[in-house]
Amino acid sequence: MNSLTALLASGPEQLAPARQMMAFTLGCHILLVPFGVALPFITLIMHHRALRKNDPVALLLARRWSAVMAVQFAVGIVTGTVLSLEFGLLWPGMMGLWGDVFGLGFGVEAWAFFLEAVLIAIYLYGWRRLKPWTHFWLAVPLPFTALMGAFGIIGANSWMNTPQGFTLDANGRPTDVSVQQAVFTPMFGPEYWHFVVAMFLTAGYVVAGVYAMGWLRGRRDRYHKLGFCVPFTVAAILTPLQFFLGDNIARQVYHKQPVKFAAAEIVWNTDTHVPEYLFGRLQSDGSVKGGLKIPNLDSFLAGFSAKTQVTGLTSVPAADRPTPAEATLVHWTFDIMATIGSVLILLALWYALYWWRRRDLPKTPWFFRCAALAGVASVITVECGWITTEVGRQPWIVYQYMRVSDAVTPTEAGSLWTMFAIIVVVYVLVFGAFVGVVRMMSRRWRRSDLGLARRPDEGPESDTPYGPRPEPVAVASASTGLPPEDGTRPAEGGTE
Amino acid sequence: MTAGVVAWILLVAVAAYACGGGVDYGAGFWDLVAGGTHRGERPRWLIDHAMEPVWEVNNVWLIFVFILMWTGFPIFFEAVFTAMWLPLALAAVGLVLRGAGFALRKPTTRLARRRIYGAIFAVSSLLTPFFLGAAVGGVASGRAAPGVTASADVWANTTSIIAGLLAVAATAFLGAVFLTADARRFDAPDLAKYFRLRSWCALVVVAVLALIGLATTHKHSSYVYHGLTHGLGLLLVLLSLVAALATAWLVVGRAGWARFTSVAAVALTIGAWGTAQRPYLVPTSLTVQQAAGATRPLQWLILVTVIAIVLVGPALFLLYRLDTRGLLEAQTDADVEGPGAAEGTSS
Ligand code: HDD
Ligand code: HEM
Ligand code: HEM
Repeated sequence: MNSLTALLASGPEQLAPARQMMAFTLGCHILLVPFGVALPFITLIMHHRALRKNDPVALLLARRWSAVMAVQFAVGIVTGTVLSLEFGLLWPGMMGLWGDVFGLGFGVEAWAFFLEAVLIAIYLYGWRRLKPWTHFWLAVPLPFTALMGAFGIIGANSWMNTPQGFTLDANGRPTDVSVQQAVFTPMFGPEYWHFVVAMFLTAGYVVAGVYAMGWLRGRRDRYHKLGFCVPFTVAAILTPLQFFLGDNIARQVYHKQPVKFAAAEIVWNTDTHVPEYLFGRLQSDGSVKGGLKIPNLDSFLAGFSAKTQVTGLTSVPAADRPTPAEATLVHWTFDIMATIGSVLILLALWYALYWWRRRDLPKTPWFFRCAALAGVASVITVECGWITTEVGRQPWIVYQYMRVSDAVTPTEAGSLWTMFAIIVVVYVLVFGAFVGVVRMMSRRWRRSDLGLARRPDEGPESDTPYGPRPEPVAVASASTGLPPEDGTRPAEGGTE
Repeated sequence: MTAGVVAWILLVAVAAYACGGGVDYGAGFWDLVAGGTHRGERPRWLIDHAMEPVWEVNNVWLIFVFILMWTGFPIFFEAVFTAMWLPLALAAVGLVLRGAGFALRKPTTRLARRRIYGAIFAVSSLLTPFFLGAAVGGVASGRAAPGVTASADVWANTTSIIAGLLAVAATAFLGAVFLTADARRFDAPDLAKYFRLRSWCALVVVAVLALIGLATTHKHSSYVYHGLTHGLGLLLVLLSLVAALATAWLVVGRAGWARFTSVAAVALTIGAWGTAQRPYLVPTSLTVQQAAGATRPLQWLILVTVIAIVLVGPALFLLYRLDTRGLLEAQTDADVEGPGAAEGTSS
């Protein structure tokens, strides 16, 4: 609680609610992004298998995943739209000054989303009437549009981390903008690949985790095996790759954003032979409380030699760097990310070795317990990664060019807090309902797989979208358009 | 020059959102007023079906509008979002509720819950266009000038409120016309009649509000009023009127064609508004040139738009084509309860 107040202490009044709101809405949106980016890909792998091998189990899995995708995509879109609005609602100063410099990436994002939305609509609604292979091929561009969309967003975000591609005129306004330079900033490459791999990895582990849970509950059939293996294999292959990309991005941060690196590693004074702290809390006098200290390691990781000099937080005035509380937060999220990333490699190795020796899944439930946890862990990792990136940049919104406090809206703090409260309530309801709906769908499928009838509580209107219903033509029964008074329903009704 | 082109692209994107999104909001509006569970069942069934595959796509237009605004005219974006803070913030909440309500209603089976989601969807379909319209009204009446901060009188004035109501009425009009056509397509003559009547009613309301609106712009924003009653602006207004009347006539027999004229009517009105406030983005305080961002991003923005047209155009065409041919349909329970899995498998 203490550190939270410290986090929020400085700047104009409306800064605190604006930052909280941005962090909250982005943190929620990012929960869905792995699935928006990677679920189409994983589903298409399954779909392809179903068509090629004429495998009904794989087909069923692909169909069910796309039913989930339908709902997830919708929630992803609305939460994303809120973010676009928030750029104006919360940070008009940033957009007004820099919008033309870095906004273009979003232009790419916009048409990528367009294509994505079109193709996903065709895919989701094409199962029934399109020819199977036509349907499949129409969806094949989907993963690429997702990658394009991410290109735009990450382009914008990496520009905020390492802004370039402009010169400032006498009034401090950017002129002479070079679009290529503003899109391909130094952090762009490392951030993009680390991010993309994170998305595929996370989606893979989460989907596999669902079937791992089923397996643990004794449902050991081909359906569960397939539902587990395909996404888990995707994720397991990517895990070691992500470790290298993570190491790479960390070193890029060391070079391009030394103060952020200092925060992530809680380095107080610029020095050589800098020790690495695992966790631990930075105090305002520069000492570190708690944590495990490993001598020389930080210097070694940054430059492969203990003699490497690492820039410390005190290299810049206190007003230009994260506060000790912020640095501690960044340090913890960074350590959690790196720890989870390393542990996931062990899991992937376990899987790979067992498969290599026995051509089968490991038998022990511990493997499946770990696999189920891996889903949750990778989601946590994604959140941690973003906190590292964003909080580590403080107090800058545009690194070394604009402070967050100069970008914030002049709207009263009271209005912002109220809006924040409304948004929190709405998001809790929406995400709660989203999870509820997905769980309900899966329960319903399980019942049907067990050959049980639909539950009686699924009342009259239940058939409208997901129930078996006659072809549209047959519905045009009543000529008045209004159901007869005696209570009989129009033709579409069913299992009452 | 470049800025002018981008400004026109922006206007086209606004018109596209007003039409594409408008149809959706309109469908939501009719969902709201369709009556109780029994009475409203058939209209709601049609609305669900008609909206299903395309609403997400329509939503992207709004994003595109914002991107054009902040990349092309950063100062304008800053000014609008600062002055119109409240209506835009409320529109954001409306957008979330609406999308989520619609998406979650579909797979929900319990009647009580479906009702809640349905109600959320419908109410926010009404509020969102109102607030967006109010923000547009604030721009048109010159209140969203740079440096103005959020306060009630910026948007809670007659022009804004009329603009908001007009937006709601226009969406109701579009929605009813499209639903008439859809009812035809799904071979439900009763519903065609039901929605035809409603398109006429909505059109009358639009006309009344437009007249009131014109009277108020006369008082509050004489610049736009002058533009709407002279030259190109007037021409577009008249064309829009013709399109609206044609729609009223076409819904009787050829509802399919009425869709095009209704879209034309709305798009032309927006075109007229844009023309009327030339060369200003915010009348008499911020011109297109003053608000324009750096030149090279503007040129790139045009390129991005061209690519978008080349790539997205065919895709959109394919989508609407497949949709109107009835090839797109949601999976049913029977589909995801495939027989292949029935043998003792589960999840
Ligand atoms: C499953 C996801 C995942 C995994 C296993 C890792 N990361 Fe990560 N990391 C992300 C997911 C992520 C992310 C959420 O995707 C971030 C946020 C911004 C970005 O581009 O990627 C990120 C950012 C991020 C940053 C901040 C970049 C910046 O400030 O611009 C660093 C330094 C690292 N990562 C380092 C690592 C290291 C050393 C890992 C060791 C294994 C690691 N990451 C594993
Ligand atoms: C999607 C994953 C992201 C997450 C989870 C995330 C997380 C956060 C967090 C935690 C903050 C608050 C920082 C603080 O208060 O100390 C923040 C701020 C911010 N982020 Fe990000 N961020 C993400 C991506 C992005 C991207 C892609 C952009 C822009 C293109 C962006 C723009 C901003 C802005 C403008 C702020 C406010 C200024 C600030 O406090 O730094 N974020 N974000
Ligand atoms: C790292 C960050 C982000 C990535 C990779 C990302 C990716 C995605 C993806 C894949 C979707 C499609 C919907 C889904 O399936 O969930 C989506 C929706 C959206 N995102 Fe994000 N997002 C990120 C952060 C942001 C930020 C910071 C913004 C703010 C400008 C934003 C704006 C949007 C918008 C406007 C949509 C809706 C697009 C539509 O209507 O199709 N996103 N995002």
